Amino acid sequence: MRTALFIPYYVNALYPQVGVASYRLLRSLGIDAEYPEGQTCCGQPMANAGFEKDAVGLAARMEELFAGYDYVVTPSASCTAFVRENYGRISPQSGHACLDSRMYDICEFLHDIVRPAELPSTFPHRVSIHNSCHGTRLLGLSSPGETVAPRFSKLRDLLSLVGGIEVTEPDRPDECCGFGGMFSLEEADVSIRMGLDKVARHIATGAEYITGADSSCLMHMNGVIVANRLPIKTIHITEILASGL
Amino acid sequence: MSTHSKAAAGFVSDAGRTAWHDDALWHVRRKRDAAVVEVAGWEELRLAASGIKQHTLSRLGEYLEMFEGNAMANGIVVHWACDAGELNRTVGGILSSHNARRVVKSKSMLSEECRLNEYLEELGIEVTESDLGERIMQLMNRPPSHIVLPAIHVRREEVGTLFARELGSEPDNSDPAYLTHQARLHLREKFLTADAAITGVNFAVASDGSFAVCTNEGNADMGTLFAPLHIAVMGIEKLVPDYPSLGVMTRLLARSATGQSVTTYTSIYRKSAKDREIHIVIVDNGRTATLANETHNRMLRCLRCGACINTCPVYRRSGGYSYSYFIPGPVGINLGMLASPQRYSGNLSACSLCYSCSGVCPARIDPAGGIYSWRQELGELRRPPFVKKAVSKCLKTAFSSPRGFRTALKMAPAVNHLPLNNRLNPYGKGLRDTPRFASRSFEEMWSRGEVEKNGEKEKK
Repeated sequence: MRTALFIPYYVNALYPQVGVASYRLLRSLGIDAEYPEGQTCCGQPMANAGFEKDAVGLAARMEELFAGYDYVVTPSASCTAFVRENYGRISPQSGHACLDSRMYDICEFLHDIVRPAELPSTFPHRVSIHNSCHGTRLLGLSSPGETVAPRFSKLRDLLSLVGGIEVTEPDRPDECCGFGGMFSLEEADVSIRMGLDKVARHIATGAEYITGADSSCLMHMNGVIVANRLPIKTIHITEILASGL
Repeated sequence: MSTHSKAAAGFVSDAGRTAWHDDALWHVRRKRDAAVVEVAGWEELRLAASGIKQHTLSRLGEYLEMFEGNAMANGIVVHWACDAGELNRTVGGILSSHNARRVVKSKSMLSEECRLNEYLEELGIEVTESDLGERIMQLMNRPPSHIVLPAIHVRREEVGTLFARELGSEPDNSDPAYLTHQARLHLREKFLTADAAITGVNFAVASDGSFAVCTNEGNADMGTLFAPLHIAVMGIEKLVPDYPSLGVMTRLLARSATGQSVTTYTSIYRKSAKDREIHIVIVDNGRTATLANETHNRMLRCLRCGACINTCPVYRRSGGYSYSYFIPGPVGINLGMLASPQRYSGNLSACSLCYSCSGVCPARIDPAGGIYSWRQELGELRRPPFVKKAVSKCLKTAFSSPRGFRTALKMAPAVNHLPLNNRLNPYGKGLRDTPRFASRSFEEMWSRGEVEKNGEKEKK
């Protein structure tokens, strides 16, 4: 079974530690992931802004990079959702290396495919889960609050394997944090207001950390936290799951 | 900046009011959540509604003729209007032929769409909105800011001041029960003296030519029971085939809208009383063109419940007036684009693509998916926002050359030394820190063997 890591451009440039944690986590579970070099982006930022055509070439590039792999795993729920929802339609060739149950967000890959019974990690802190919109509503990492269905959370399931951790969720557990890619720039005032509100609800849980499957939400919330000197930190879920590795 | 983001910046600058508006609407969303979990098979009900609407739209001509035939057989006078102008002239003509000078009206978004009130007032006809929220907005001379809760953005103190000025209520008394009583006294006189009542139509039943009007205040009923003439206006998409279909819709409507199990009054009009008249005006006003639009014709399934508006995190923090179309929120962004992309594309930015609207929509329209599609089409309409296009092109250029991107990654940390956190930074505005580049990218760490080495070292 050949597994590749896809590290989206902004994780690559801003949060390499998330890539390192993902690699170590998979390695600790017996999966020797490879990183095909020359990765950039899946195309979501342009497409969500209305320039899907700018994503077509990137979809072709993703095909070149990942054609030889059984699984493509990435620490980004949002990128996974974008690829799954849209590559089938926008890719020039029929079929794609990242479709047909090959590309996974690392949390769903661990939860649904690898299914570890335990993890050696410990993280003796109180953390508040950030349910990202695309993780929740497009990828099904947790049950959306709008839908009438049994409640579940793959993120909580995974975090419960970590020693010493205390897991909470904020009020309005899956309300948008206000990042939204180009939305954060074009509607900066509303975006920042949403970020402030979201961070305040995470703080109200008494947590020391906000954690989730999308570095983009965490980046935006961290921006709000730093600029306003708020008493909470952000950490990607892979960094917690890989802590102590 | 888009028209929406500019207007929204003004709304958000009042943090207290923004928080209050957000809480008020979130409370409605909560009530909706609590109501829908009580219904066994809620998700199946949404599927049924979506299917019924889609089916009806697929044979809309047939059902419209069936409705017309049955309504006429019941003694209802049926009129057809191809656009807003024809609707207004038709309603004006019916009123003047009956010598009706005073009209009470229940809430109708179609009449807002066609600017019916303005037209009738120019003819010298007195039009009184009888829904309390809508009456407040009429007295304030402002449009509704929400399709179900027209005055949700107005504080009760402001209503107190307004009523003191317009209705002569006690100044400084903004007790809701008192103000409601004042409105009741004021409207009672209007109901008793009206020459005609105008209502909208929530659902029209093709199989027997009847139509349902849903209100919480009974104001449509008060109007139509007293006045000798009832004119109902409806869009062609309001049809359902039969009563079982109507039952599906009424189970969904109020729960989605306000979290009530059913609207307080769900009145079905089938036949006029003796010596009275019911007229119905069936309006197209662009709906046939929408039906022909395969990407977006699912918007015609909309029940106008407002659930997508209440759940929208952007609407809750920017208010109804930040949208340039008269219907705000996810539904309004889509309907505005169908009405005129040239005029209303400035609302497309008002969406973070959180997809919450798509989860609450009782007719499973997927308004967020519609917004995503419109953003793609905007490029083809040659109206993409310039900055957005420029940013997208830059990203495309950076990402298309992996070698160039790798070089950029190496150079990027230098940017960290720029003074980025000030009010002039359009991303941060002094309230959001700009992210810093790591000293080495993941790609660089990998090519130096650092990712693997670290992993190995710690394993030993």
